[in-house]
Amino acid sequence: MGFEFVALSLPPLVIGTLAAMACALPGNFLLLRRQSLIGDAISHVVLPGIVVAFLVTGMITTTAMMVGAAGAALLAVILIEAIRRLGKVEPGAAMGVVFTAMFAGGVLLLEQSDTSGVHLDVEHALYGNLESLIWLDAVGWASLTDPIALAALPPELPRMGAALVLLSLLTWLFWRPLKLSTFDEGFARSLGLPTTVISLAIVTAAALAAVAAFDAVGSIIVIAMFICPPAAARLMTNRLESQVAWSLLFAALSAIFGYVLAGYGPLWLGASASVSAAGMIATVSGLILALAALFAPHRQA
Amino acid sequence: MFEALTLQLGYNAVLVTLGSAALGVAAGAVSAFLYLRKRALVSDAVSHATLPGLALAFLIMVAFGSDGRFLPGLMVGSALSAWAGLWTVNWITRQTRLPEDAAIGAVLSVFFGFGIVLLTIIQTMQSGRQAGLEGFLLGSTAGMLRSDALVIAAGGALVLLATFALRRPMLMTAFDEGYARVQGLNTARIDMALMVLVLAVTVVGLKIVGLILIVAMLIIPAVAARFWSENATHVALLAALFGGLSGYVGAALSATAPDLPTGPIIVLVAFALFALSLFLAPSRGVLASALRHRRLQHDVHLRQGLLALAHNQPVYEAMTQRMLRAHGMMRADGVPTDAGRIAAAAALQDETRWQELRRIEELAMLASRDDGLTPITDILTADQVALIDNRLKPQGVI
Repeated sequence: MGFEFVALSLPPLVIGTLAAMACALPGNFLLLRRQSLIGDAISHVVLPGIVVAFLVTGMITTTAMMVGAAGAALLAVILIEAIRRLGKVEPGAAMGVVFTAMFAGGVLLLEQSDTSGVHLDVEHALYGNLESLIWLDAVGWASLTDPIALAALPPELPRMGAALVLLSLLTWLFWRPLKLSTFDEGFARSLGLPTTVISLAIVTAAALAAVAAFDAVGSIIVIAMFICPPAAARLMTNRLESQVAWSLLFAALSAIFGYVLAGYGPLWLGASASVSAAGMIATVSGLILALAALFAPHRQA
Repeated sequence: MFEALTLQLGYNAVLVTLGSAALGVAAGAVSAFLYLRKRALVSDAVSHATLPGLALAFLIMVAFGSDGRFLPGLMVGSALSAWAGLWTVNWITRQTRLPEDAAIGAVLSVFFGFGIVLLTIIQTMQSGRQAGLEGFLLGSTAGMLRSDALVIAAGGALVLLATFALRRPMLMTAFDEGYARVQGLNTARIDMALMVLVLAVTVVGLKIVGLILIVAMLIIPAVAARFWSENATHVALLAALFGGLSGYVGAALSATAPDLPTGPIIVLVAFALFALSLFLAPSRGVLASALRHRRLQHDVHLRQGLLALAHNQPVYEAMTQRMLRAHGMMRADGVPTDAGRIAAAAALQDETRWQELRRIEELAMLASRDDGLTPITDILTADQVALIDNRLKPQGVI
């Protein structure tokens, strides 16, 4: 178990958990601000961003992809706002117009351009490649203390870790204004807090989490983790502090159980191949939400 | 491309194009009611929730010895799981304190995720390798069977008929739920009927547009159509037209080249129609409202300039100077022309009358009609104007 687990299962497991938690954290605020579907929209428009970045630079580099994806997310937010204001279209519909059109554009560009040499396709965008993030230099648990082996960890791991740390730090630093403007925007504004900036910052943080997680785990996990763990946590408690803690716990549980079930579940049932980890993680997060909706202490208003 | 648009690309391409147009018309008509009911994004949950049912239907059909690609069977499976997804959204919204958008997001991601799990199982099966179920994600018309196209066209026609039959109760519910209920309509059931139509469009559209993008056909046509009319029936008809046009042109364009996927092209055509509407529509369009704004700006500047001239004050504001000169009211050196003097006097008289109006008890309420531009003679009767002028005469203004 030792070598195989550390080399093949541990890195994706950790990356999946970090990604899940990084998405769940801003998801809490999106949920309370009734903007959950912004996460859905962002994870759709990341695809055209990455395709354009690839077409411009001609290669798949992390920086180019991140910039492309972030640019697309920003463009989407601006377009949604513009359509909402200029055309007096209701926000949900404006969002629907923008993200479907941008996603369609992304798919079309992808089909039109020659991406056969690189790992870039719609399936990858949807369910990522969590299973392929293996750590070939690992020889066993001892590798965790071996700096040379550690340097060969999949780059997604430190990136996801950095994203989670950054998001946690920002949440911690701006906790009070975040909380105030989320629960009572009018009051926050009367205190002189820049509520528009805060609102934009939350969307940007969500975009950051989505972009960082997207490459490793695909957009299904991103959407599921934006919504399901915070929603389940919301049913557990009335305090924002506890809600955030619960959501991080649920996110981690979804990632761990989802990954293990996807990787080993079919083997226990006698099948030979594993199933999609991304899909399974989303499924487990849904099961947790279902349990919370049925039994959680604060499930009703 | 011309051949494609005029249906000269061969029997199958024609069938696909017509099927897709029928679907587009149906989707557009339904989208109008969905948009008026402000539930556009529920269709996102419904469409993503089709995936597990699609995969399960395939697995079941394979278990019974067929090759699993029988389209009506797949459609029944996806309809059942979409129904389960819709039921879950409603259940979460009703039974817990979570808002509807969270319920939508949760259902769409979890059902879709579970569907992907099932898809990976299918991909490892012998019969699953060629199943092409991935084609349902983004739609694919390549190698579509004649029977499939017929099923899609017939499905679209059925949805359209049902929408037509239900248009009145759906409109009433969308505009005024309370009134509709007083009229004896069961609004919950009508909402349910609307959702069944959404579900039907989704299931029929899976093969052509794909389940990720079909939601676009249930949102964009209505939003585009709304720019052109304030009348709900016209919006529904226009949305149907836009939907049909997107389906027709999109499918025809995609038949012209191998790497033009049908679903995305249809959505982009719909988006182009939306963009055109956003900019060009009369009254609600961006261009029209920009022109209106500019016109208002002109009128305000001209009026203020004339008042300044009447008071013998110099005009400094550049735009006001330009307006006055363009209308021949002022010479380049800032001196008013004869026409300018007459117009200025008229403007001043109008202004004075408006001010006096506020002091007359029985007319004061009309002061709210004073927007600084409308001549008072457009609002008041000749008698009322005469009354004001009589009061002004002793002051020597008139």
